[in-house]
Order: sequence, then C-alpha cells, then structure tokens
Amino acid sequence: MPSELVHKFMRIDHLPHIWCAGCGNGIIMRDVAVALQELIDDPESGVSREKTVIVSGIGCSSRAAGYMDFDSIHTTHGRAIAFATGIKFAHPELEVIVLTGDGDCSAIGGNHLIHAARRNIGLTVIAFNNDIYGMTGGQYSPTTPTGDVATTAPYGNFDRPFDIAQLAAGAGASFTARGSAYHARETTELIKQGIQHKGFSLIDVFSVCPTYYGRKNHKGGAVEMLAWQKENMVPASRYYAMSEEKRRDKIMVGILTHNDFPEYTQQYARLLERAKKAK
Amino acid sequence: MVGKKMLVIDQSWCKGCGICVAFCPKQALELVEEKVCLKADNECVLCGQCELRCPDYAIWLEDLEE
Ligand SMILES: Cc1ncc(C[n+]2csc(CCOP(=O)(O)OP(=O)(O)O)c2C)c(N)n1
Ligand code: SF4
Ligand code: SF4
Repeated sequence: MPSELVHKFMRIDHLPHIWCAGCGNGIIMRDVAVALQELIDDPESGVSREKTVIVSGIGCSSRAAGYMDFDSIHTTHGRAIAFATGIKFAHPELEVIVLTGDGDCSAIGGNHLIHAARRNIGLTVIAFNNDIYGMTGGQYSPTTPTGDVATTAPYGNFDRPFDIAQLAAGAGASFTARGSAYHARETTELIKQGIQHKGFSLIDVFSVCPTYYGRKNHKGGAVEMLAWQKENMVPASRYYAMSEEKRRDKIMVGILTHNDFPEYTQQYARLLERAKKAK
Repeated sequence: MVGKKMLVIDQSWCKGCGICVAFCPKQALELVEEKVCLKADNECVLCGQCELRCPDYAIWLEDLEE
C-alpha cells in the first residue's frame, strides 16, 4: 500500500508509472496532488474533488491526467487548453486544471495558450517544462536553451527559447509563476495559489528529462539536473534580497504577475444578464 | 497534535534514480542493487525530503498509530 496521498489521489492500479527513472514528471505530479489535497481539506478554499477536472494533451507529462484519480480527460497534442476552455465555459463552477508539456502548450498549443491568457479564463495551467519533446525521442522544443543539442538539432539549436511564464504574462494571464522539480514545497504553494486565483493561472515548472535532454547535453542524470536547479533557481524571498549582480545568473522561483483582471466566464455571465434585461 | 512517524520503503516501486539518496540531509539512504535501502546505522530524522522528491512514490513517512 503506497502513502495515503498516493492512495487517495492517484489511480494506483496504473502505478508505478511509465516515466523513466528520475523523470521530473513524477515529482511535479505529486506537487499537484499535495496542492489539491491541502485545498480539498480546507473547507474555506471552496475546492472539492467533485468539482475538479484535470485536462492534459499529449506527451510524457500529459500522461499525468491518466494517473490522477479525478474526473480527467487526456486530449490531443496541443489542444489541452482548448478542451479546458470548453469545459470551463460550459461549467464555470468547475476547477479546471491543465497538465501540459512545454511542447504541448508552447509549440503546437502556443496559440491556445496566448488566447486563453488574453481572455483571462479561469483555468490553472501547470506546464511540466523539461526543455524537450520527451515522448517522441528528444526533438528540440520552444524552451530548449540556445546551443543545446536535440535529435533535430545535432549541431546545436540556434533558436532563442521562450520563457513560458513571461509569454503568458505578456499575453494577459493574471497569475503567472515559476516553479521547479527541485523546489517541491515552493512549487506546491504556487500551484495552490494558482488554483485559488480566479483568472487564468500559469505555473511554469522546470522539470528534468534525464533520458533525452540531460544526458544528451552532458548535464548529467536526474540527480545532477536537480542539483543544478537547487544551485541556480532561487525562491523569491531570497532572490529579491540578493544584489542585482548576484541575481543576474539566477532564475527566480515564485510569482511573476498577480493581477485582478476580469475573468472570462464571469464577463460572459454579466453579458447574459445585460442581454436578458435588454429584451 | 503531531504524532510519531516512520519511514516506509516499497522497493517494488523504486527505479533506482538515486534522488532520495542524493538529497537526504543525513545521508541515511543507499542504493543496493538499484533499490533504495535505509542504511543499517539508521540516521533518518524523518524530515520527509525523500518523500517530497521521489518521482516514483517508493519512499514516504507514515503516521504511527499510538
Ligand atoms: C498533432 C500531433 N502532432 C505531433 C504529435 C507527436 N507528438 C507527441 S508528443 C509530442 C511532443 C511532446 O513534448 P512535450 O509536450 O514537451 O511533452 P513531454 O513528452 O516532453 O513531456 C509530439 C510532437 C502528435 N501526437 N500529434
Ligand atoms: S523521456 Fe524524458 S520526459 Fe519522458 S518519461 Fe523519460 S525522462 Fe520523462
Ligand atoms: S526522511 Fe529525511 S532523513 Fe529520513 S531518509 Fe528521508 S530524507 Fe533522509
């Protein structure tokens, strides 16, 4: 019998999962489960298991929707946010959580991401960002750092990478944050805040794919990649206490933007009211 | 009230990635034939760092019934 958390929130007949040894997806999926458990256990949060839906696209990371014991839907590549938009629009009372990969949400699904952010529809998108297409064998993705190799960039990738959290913020998302597989507690807290936030929330969680990204780029296996995150990614409280010079080489873990923009389904409800009165 | 806890390992779920071994603050764990084990001298302080980062949910803290 696994831990109470796993027993309660995951489909244990599908575990152990198929992810590689040391894959960050398992760590991030646990963060999501802990965040949901803590919210469900808190009567003031308004979050319940019955009113939570988990949506994913296609990719190693997107398999998480199949492992989590909630009402869930595993959709097509790149379209997780599109399906989630439909679910939220039809049932605004639901807590709709999207588990997606960097390829799923910023390559093929990039258009859905920016428009869901622009509309500020109340979804919580958790990007399992491993800098690569894991499932299909290591093609470079929009977040692969410049210079790194991938099966489709054997001499090094010369594209400039997206910062998914900044991309979503620029497109109008009202809550954007960055987490990491190493910073499990901080990431769980960010996921909780994202779920509680009424508008569009995007949490870009840096994952690790030792199989197709780490080892191919001489960044080591899972342990070395997580140690890199520990060293180079700094929780906001410490980050903002650092001098500007020290900050330069570090990546902040925490909230990037948190605004009170009008939420899309609430706007629609208001429109309906107006239209009814005008009749 | 915070009850007593104990460390539980399910080796059948362990894939031998070594994350818990590397980040245990007490170096209390080791891999034996690619499966996690608590070392014989049991330095575990029940901090839960291993549970937090095990991608396979093979190690965790459990409440001890009083
Ligand atoms: C329409 C379509 N195009 C391409 C694919 C092939 N495909 C499957 S997963 C994937 C990329 C996965 O990368 P990411 O979303 O980053 O997830 P990861 O596997 O790294 O977790 C691709 C290109 C597909 N399934 N459907
Ligand atoms: S290929 Fe990469 S992302 Fe996919 S399961 Fe393996 S380590 Fe994880
Ligand atoms: S609970 Fe803490 S001290 Fe004990 S094995 Fe896990 S990481 Fe090490």
